[in-house]
Amino acid sequence: MKVYDLPDKRGHFGPYGGIFVAETLIAALEELRIQYEHYRDDTDFQAEFAYELKHYVGRPSPIYHAKRWSTILGGAQILLKREDLNHTGAHKINNTIGQALLAKRMGKQRVIAETGAGQHGVASATVAARYGMECVVYMGSEDVKRQASNVYRMKLLGATVVPVESGSRTLKDALNEAMRDWVTHVENTFYIIGTVAGPHPYPMMVRDFQTIIGREAKVQMQEEYGRQPDALIACVGGGSNAIGLFYPYIDDTGVRMIGVEAAGHGIESGQHAATLMTGRPGVLHGNRTYLIQDDDGQIIETHSISAGLDYPGVGPEHAWLKDSERAEYVGITDSEALDAFHALCRYEGIMPALESSHALAYAAKLAPTLAKNQLLLVNLSGRGDKDMATVTQASGLTL
Amino acid sequence: MSRIETVFASLRKQHKKALIPFITAGDPDQTMTVPLMHELVKAGADIIELGVPFSDPMADGPTIQRSSERALRHHVGLKDVLTMVAEFRKNDLITPVVLMGYANPVEAMGHEVFASRARECGVDGVLTVDYPPEECEEWVRHLKVHGLDAIFLLSPTTPQSRIERVAQMAQGYVYYVSLKGVTGSSHLDLNEVSNKLNLLRSHISIPIGVGFGIRDGETAKAVAELADAVVVGSRIIEEIESSSKSQLMENVTRLVKGLRSAIDEAVVKY
Repeated sequence: MKVYDLPDKRGHFGPYGGIFVAETLIAALEELRIQYEHYRDDTDFQAEFAYELKHYVGRPSPIYHAKRWSTILGGAQILLKREDLNHTGAHKINNTIGQALLAKRMGKQRVIAETGAGQHGVASATVAARYGMECVVYMGSEDVKRQASNVYRMKLLGATVVPVESGSRTLKDALNEAMRDWVTHVENTFYIIGTVAGPHPYPMMVRDFQTIIGREAKVQMQEEYGRQPDALIACVGGGSNAIGLFYPYIDDTGVRMIGVEAAGHGIESGQHAATLMTGRPGVLHGNRTYLIQDDDGQIIETHSISAGLDYPGVGPEHAWLKDSERAEYVGITDSEALDAFHALCRYEGIMPALESSHALAYAAKLAPTLAKNQLLLVNLSGRGDKDMATVTQASGLTL
Repeated sequence: MSRIETVFASLRKQHKKALIPFITAGDPDQTMTVPLMHELVKAGADIIELGVPFSDPMADGPTIQRSSERALRHHVGLKDVLTMVAEFRKNDLITPVVLMGYANPVEAMGHEVFASRARECGVDGVLTVDYPPEECEEWVRHLKVHGLDAIFLLSPTTPQSRIERVAQMAQGYVYYVSLKGVTGSSHLDLNEVSNKLNLLRSHISIPIGVGFGIRDGETAKAVAELADAVVVGSRIIEEIESSSKSQLMENVTRLVKGLRSAIDEAVVKY
């Protein structure tokens, strides 16, 4: 029986979510909501989406049993949902295809996106090329420097990358700038948000497109292991890969759901991006959610070795899953994530994204405390090729 | 009668329209704001919109965002803004002050605490950019209890059903955003503004201010012929930004006086 049915009609997950934007954006969001709710139930739309996921992205992504690593850790079995094997190397493409197909049906010729690590920017540039749309990607100038290879990938795909010089010059500033572009060019422009944040209907829509991860996992677990996992583990920045895995399991209360936030240099250092662990509810980027903020309600700059987790907010559905205690949220530091990165490289021959390495690191902590017949399903949300520069730098090396 | 009502009633008698300049509190630094507010009044401001600095001013363009960043470099927060208004009130009990900002700083302070302190400090109205009417019923209730006006935005894309909703909740005046886009944009279509104002007036009885895209005397005059109030923000912030501290007061005064006389040249029909 389906019990969980959030969000409500105006996009609320309990006290979180909603639509907190200036009047100038209201009509655009309303148009988007109406169109999305229409196409969500449209069989042609769903058929095209399924076709693209299969033939263009390469789904379903397999579940891989990390046997060697599990044996070395000496406890629960670690299973990896291989989103890193998707076209473009991360889960982001599931969502950008969904939104691009919607943009096409809404007659929008131009798509815009914000990006932090560059993965969502690449996934947006990819679908824009695939469907013949103009693409502009906003990226903090700090991130443009940190993620030079992704900037070049976007350009190769025909996108224009606009470096954002305001604020902390990172993801949140790119998001502000993309919103401004959208307000100004709303007639011909579709804004592809990359995570389960922003004003309604984005958190719901992005979640729906990403639930392919959890829906596949449920079938695969039953077929291959004859049962569902004991726990799901996924990293949480905005939280799209986590919600994609968690959502189909929300009513299966026997399955633990663990979201792993970036504890950066350690929670006590103040330099981290662990929003749900340390933040307070507030309003940012169109929704009410937990935020990392000071006493005056100003948003504080966050830190994580992984650009994709370096965000001071979090999707409102995660805020609700935390308050309702359906999901647990824990932190993993930069150095713990790096250890997990190296372990997966050495023991399984898989190079994980630094974002996903946070989820892996928590699995490595949890597994030894559990019996060998327990199953932990970790979302390996992306591959680590993009992180070579960061990892070499953290190891004190130069290439 | 509230200060805002008094101002509009008195302007109506004089067959004049209101000039509402916007500055960000703490820009270029916290010592300049109160003197600047008094200068704005001397130069002809009828109401002052005072921006509350926020780290992520999503609905503003680059000019106002930079002013927010300058203020935040001096750590000017909502508490300091309220102190500035209290300071201003020591020498000016007439000119209404409207705070314009984002939801998160008022949520961090707490709705009720904010409303009661703002009233004590002499604030008259509050415009919270990212609180659309659907999400702020409790907020507006607190404002009303403390005698503060809830000012709302309307845009070219606002449908009739929402205009009616805003008409029920808004007090003081409503602020019609005359352009799609963010603050500091250009290209104002006066015909479109005129048509939309006629529609708004059939639902809204309180005064209507028009802002976004007003950069010179000519536009200010044209808008004054249509609306009850002319709001000018980015153009004033640019003047603050480009002036040395010693020249700043003089330059802003010259600009605002110019806007005042342009507005007073407007042919006003009440």
